[in-house]
Amino acid sequence: MTLRIDHLSKQFVKGGRELVTSLSDINFEVGDSEFICLLGPSGCGKTTLLRIIAGLDHPTSGCVLMDGMTVDRPNPKLGMIFQDYSLYPWRTVNENIAFGLELQGVKKTGIQPVVEKYLALAGLSGFGNSYPYELSGGMRQRVAVVRALAVEPSVLLMDEPFGALDAQTRNKLQLDLIDIWVKTRKTIIFVTHSVDEAVFLADRIVVLSPRPGHIREIVTIEEDRPRDRTSVDFAKVRRFVLDLINQ
Amino acid sequence: MNRSSFRHAIPSRSLLKILLPVAIIVGWEVAAILLNKTFILPRLETVFAVLLNPFSGELTFGSGSLFDNAIISLERVIAGFLAAAGLAIPLGVGMGRSEIVHDLFDSLMQLLRPIPPLAWVPLTLAWFKIGLVSMIFIIGMGAFFPILLNTLDGVKGVKKTWIEAAQILGAKERQILSRVILPGAAPTIWTGLRVGFGIAWMCVVAAEMMPGTNSGLGYLIISSYNFGQVPVIIAGMIVIGIIGIGCDYLFKLVDSHSFAWRELER
Ligand SMILES: Nc1ncnc2c1ncn2[C@@H]1O[C@H](COP(=O)(O)OP(=O)(O)OP(=O)(O)O)[C@@H](O)[C@H]1O
Ligand SMILES: [Mg+2]
Repeated sequence: MTLRIDHLSKQFVKGGRELVTSLSDINFEVGDSEFICLLGPSGCGKTTLLRIIAGLDHPTSGCVLMDGMTVDRPNPKLGMIFQDYSLYPWRTVNENIAFGLELQGVKKTGIQPVVEKYLALAGLSGFGNSYPYELSGGMRQRVAVVRALAVEPSVLLMDEPFGALDAQTRNKLQLDLIDIWVKTRKTIIFVTHSVDEAVFLADRIVVLSPRPGHIREIVTIEEDRPRDRTSVDFAKVRRFVLDLINQ
Repeated sequence: MNRSSFRHAIPSRSLLKILLPVAIIVGWEVAAILLNKTFILPRLETVFAVLLNPFSGELTFGSGSLFDNAIISLERVIAGFLAAAGLAIPLGVGMGRSEIVHDLFDSLMQLLRPIPPLAWVPLTLAWFKIGLVSMIFIIGMGAFFPILLNTLDGVKGVKKTWIEAAQILGAKERQILSRVILPGAAPTIWTGLRVGFGIAWMCVVAAEMMPGTNSGLGYLIISSYNFGQVPVIIAGMIVIGIIGIGCDYLFKLVDSHSFAWRELER
């Protein structure tokens, strides 16, 4: 599976007249099982880009190609996890995880083992019958991740998934995500505005400039995982990326 | 507030709640004895006598028993309420989901909404004559708008990312409707049904006072007035109140059981 973002630009009409350019001429390619971080300041168009890749929004010019085919509508091959989790509060954890399979018409007997498998992967065995409001923010985020995984997408698009969590939970979930990524070999595009998070997670960091967002540089990180935040190499890469952002 | 003061607060509060009804009952009885005029203020006992014989037609002077009339009123209100819900919920969902449907119906609804259901009585009589159809029409008019407006509100209030998450997972339009929009809007729709039923219940009693009606609690009250039977009037009013409270309680019960997530969602 390859994903290509090809000369993609996006403008919004503001107040009926004025055009606001949110993304300008974005080009990059994502390979199979690659972990990409989109890094940029607030308002630079990260969410917009992710929504366009997911097929929820349309570019003004350019296109998103998945294995050569244009993406112009949502597609179960492209899973997405929203900034606000967006779990269904009237469904239990199990029912949330099962949702995608239900939509595809999978029988109850076929759904149950899949749900159990992903519940375990999320480290939430025993919470299957809980409702989202009974869970902590970190637990809900994990449910959102495995709900997206349950329909077996090839690509996982994540919009600042850990943004609302405390530092400790965040670090733990980053490790868990790397774990899931190693196990499932998904392609991940992960939006963040934290340099530290991007350097910890990514194979490559796509650094976006402030509005209108265009690609400032794509930084490749070779270091093995799990990465050590306190190491000299880590600090070096982080300094390099920080300098890029502060240019 | 600490625990012990909280515990103290409960008996005094429930005492406070029954204080006024008890005072009114006592005051009533005293006033009735002093006044001694049955067709203005009957003694409490005479009202209770009617209430305690709900199946007998004797005390209601040939207008049918309290129970029979209550059942007839309930049947009518349920028929009118279901008709209103059957139209208002689909229309509300349609208006909430589609701008075309919204713009098509919005001005008509704005225009009809301020007209009180009872203002329809003369026209209804001209169109349908007296009978079940007229009743259902007037009751339905009362229940329709609260259900419609709450449905619209509920559908509009469904989070955009709930819908988009479903699209991402491969939902078709029909599945989005049945698995995201309806459950997401259900608590608000239920509020609309509850308010609508309350208004429908008020309308049925009023509709049964239309000339030519010969059954129902509204009819019982108005015909008892013609016979000068004030105890029956008051007993009928009490039954209307009790049924109203009971139905509202049932709606609330379902609400707190099935839609707890609305309150608990952070
Ligand atoms: N539907 C829209 N209509 C008009 N303007 C929009 C719309 N969506 C986004 N924008 C504009 O596009 C720009 C980029 O928004 P976007 O949400 O993609 O930023 P972001 O990088 O995700 O920011 P954050 O880090 O705060 O989430 C913003 O200036 C925003 O005002
Ligand atoms: Mg964003």
